[in-house]
Amino acid sequence: MESFKTVKSIITPLDEVNIDTDQIVPKQFLKLVQKSGFGKFLFYNWRFDEKENPKPDFVLNNSKYVGSHILVAGDNFGCGSSREHAVWALQDYGFTVIIAPSFADIFFSNCFKNGILPISLDQKIVENLQQTTDPIEVNLETQTIKTSSDEIFFKIDSHMKKILLDGLDDISQTLQFEDKITDFEKRSKIPSVL
Amino acid sequence: MNIVEKILARGSGKSKVSPDDVIFANVDKVMMHDVSGPGVIKVFDKLKKQGISVDKLWDPTKVWVAEDHFVPSAEKVSAENIVKLSKFTKHYGIEKHFKYGMGQYGICHTISHEEAMVMPGDVYVGGDSHTNTTGALGAFACGLGHTDIAYVLLHGKIWFKVPETYYFKINGKLPDHVMAKDLILKIIGDIGTDGGNYRTMQFGGTGIDEMSVESRLTMCNMTTEAGAKNGIVEPDQKVVDYLSSRGATNFNLIKGDDDAEYEKLFEYESSELEPVVAKPFSPENITIVREAPSVELDKSYIGSCTGAKYEDLVAVAKILKGRKVKIRTEILPAAISIYQRAMENGLLKIFLDAGVTVGPPTCGACCGAHMGVLAKDEICISTTNRNFPGRMGHIESQTYLSSPMVAAASAVTGKITDPRDLQ
Repeated sequence: MESFKTVKSIITPLDEVNIDTDQIVPKQFLKLVQKSGFGKFLFYNWRFDEKENPKPDFVLNNSKYVGSHILVAGDNFGCGSSREHAVWALQDYGFTVIIAPSFADIFFSNCFKNGILPISLDQKIVENLQQTTDPIEVNLETQTIKTSSDEIFFKIDSHMKKILLDGLDDISQTLQFEDKITDFEKRSKIPSVL
Repeated sequence: MNIVEKILARGSGKSKVSPDDVIFANVDKVMMHDVSGPGVIKVFDKLKKQGISVDKLWDPTKVWVAEDHFVPSAEKVSAENIVKLSKFTKHYGIEKHFKYGMGQYGICHTISHEEAMVMPGDVYVGGDSHTNTTGALGAFACGLGHTDIAYVLLHGKIWFKVPETYYFKINGKLPDHVMAKDLILKIIGDIGTDGGNYRTMQFGGTGIDEMSVESRLTMCNMTTEAGAKNGIVEPDQKVVDYLSSRGATNFNLIKGDDDAEYEKLFEYESSELEPVVAKPFSPENITIVREAPSVELDKSYIGSCTGAKYEDLVAVAKILKGRKVKIRTEILPAAISIYQRAMENGLLKIFLDAGVTVGPPTCGACCGAHMGVLAKDEICISTTNRNFPGRMGHIESQTYLSSPMVAAASAVTGKITDPRDLQ
């Protein structure tokens, strides 16, 4: 996982609440397990019609938003199935920051395993951000979002922040201490489950 | 401490935990299936490439594997995934792999209780969002993504933020023809699909005491649709009997203390409840059946971890006995053990006489995978748990979520029907 750096880009507004993971990646693509390449399936049923032609009125098909790394969506983003493919698709498409008033639990947790920063902000602030057309800058180190007119502070769990800044998922992070773990297990007589 | 705090305290070796504490808990059981399993295998491959050892699992006896989403293999890719899963379990010595075509198998959450894979007091995680179901046995049960499952497989631990708990007190036994599904839909309608976000939803009161274990499983199953971390019911003698009859021994019944604290209390009077449906396209879009829109249904689907347990099939049989279905109706028992009991007790004959197609255990069309998915504009009444756009097939199909009894009554009339109004 790459370490998270400052992200500066225009935002892609997706003004919908309760966007579930089946909208993010429809079930027909779940059988595929290569972790890369899921970007082409992102919001598939919203992006393409039956003949696989892009639907012109969907935001991702608007050339204005090409190259955007920041998605700004409505409440309860990522609800529904726990499929991690949803995060893989957002990341592969190029989104590294997702801003919404709230996130579904498993989706939120999956983001950090894949280098995506989910930011939860007040409804009002999110609504304002959706209207922003100038690029904004997200700085994880200082926990701030800079817009052309404003500076917004966001909260993040310190452990999660470190994971993204170091570019370490939980497994790699634990395995930094592999020697100590092995050593402890050799010495310890405590059963692994108390 | 309440039950969830006590389980997490035990799991993390602490004497006390409180909401918002971040703890590292030892996991007692971990589950993956034919969608999350191949995802986990992919994570393992990535770790291998990074030079990280994935030679052995923390404890293969605590891992179990289900085949449910795309089985019997829907097409080539899902067939490949099943092969991959079998190689994985063989390689790592995982013995509890429930394979289709080889005796007991079924939907993972159904296997969790049918085979007593999870015990009261366990910290149980699964690679599926409806892992919450099993909280009905008095376990801390919740879903995780592929990377987290891979981590648990290697280390047997995972971190949790101790959730706040909402307590739902249900007063009195549910009236006839009102099922646990009606109650949980009503609750989701009241608090919304994000009403339980990051929380545990605990169910109690005389209404829950009176409920069968399988009804409690339905309640906890759909806490997922309220966005909850999980659902839980304090274990009682019914749970002990249920699991004992499935071969379990050595119970550790963890219950909340008398002075347990809850973030919020909700109270429901069972006598006021009625059969309800969730209209498209959200499980919170609730209306009572007698006020539901008069749509022409194309299909009734009775399946899934939510609505195809043995008790659900018995309720359906009561409605279908001596009647014929008017629309396409499918019944897919959620596990082979349920299928077998349905056969031995004459339910299958009732279903077939009514004109129903009975299929094998599978997640099937619940997640729009196969076995009866919906076409454009088709309208389905279903005992499943989600009705988001396209969930069961075409993006322009529609699903109404209901109890097994309402789905059966509606199959008979072709319209959304309260079972009390059947002639």
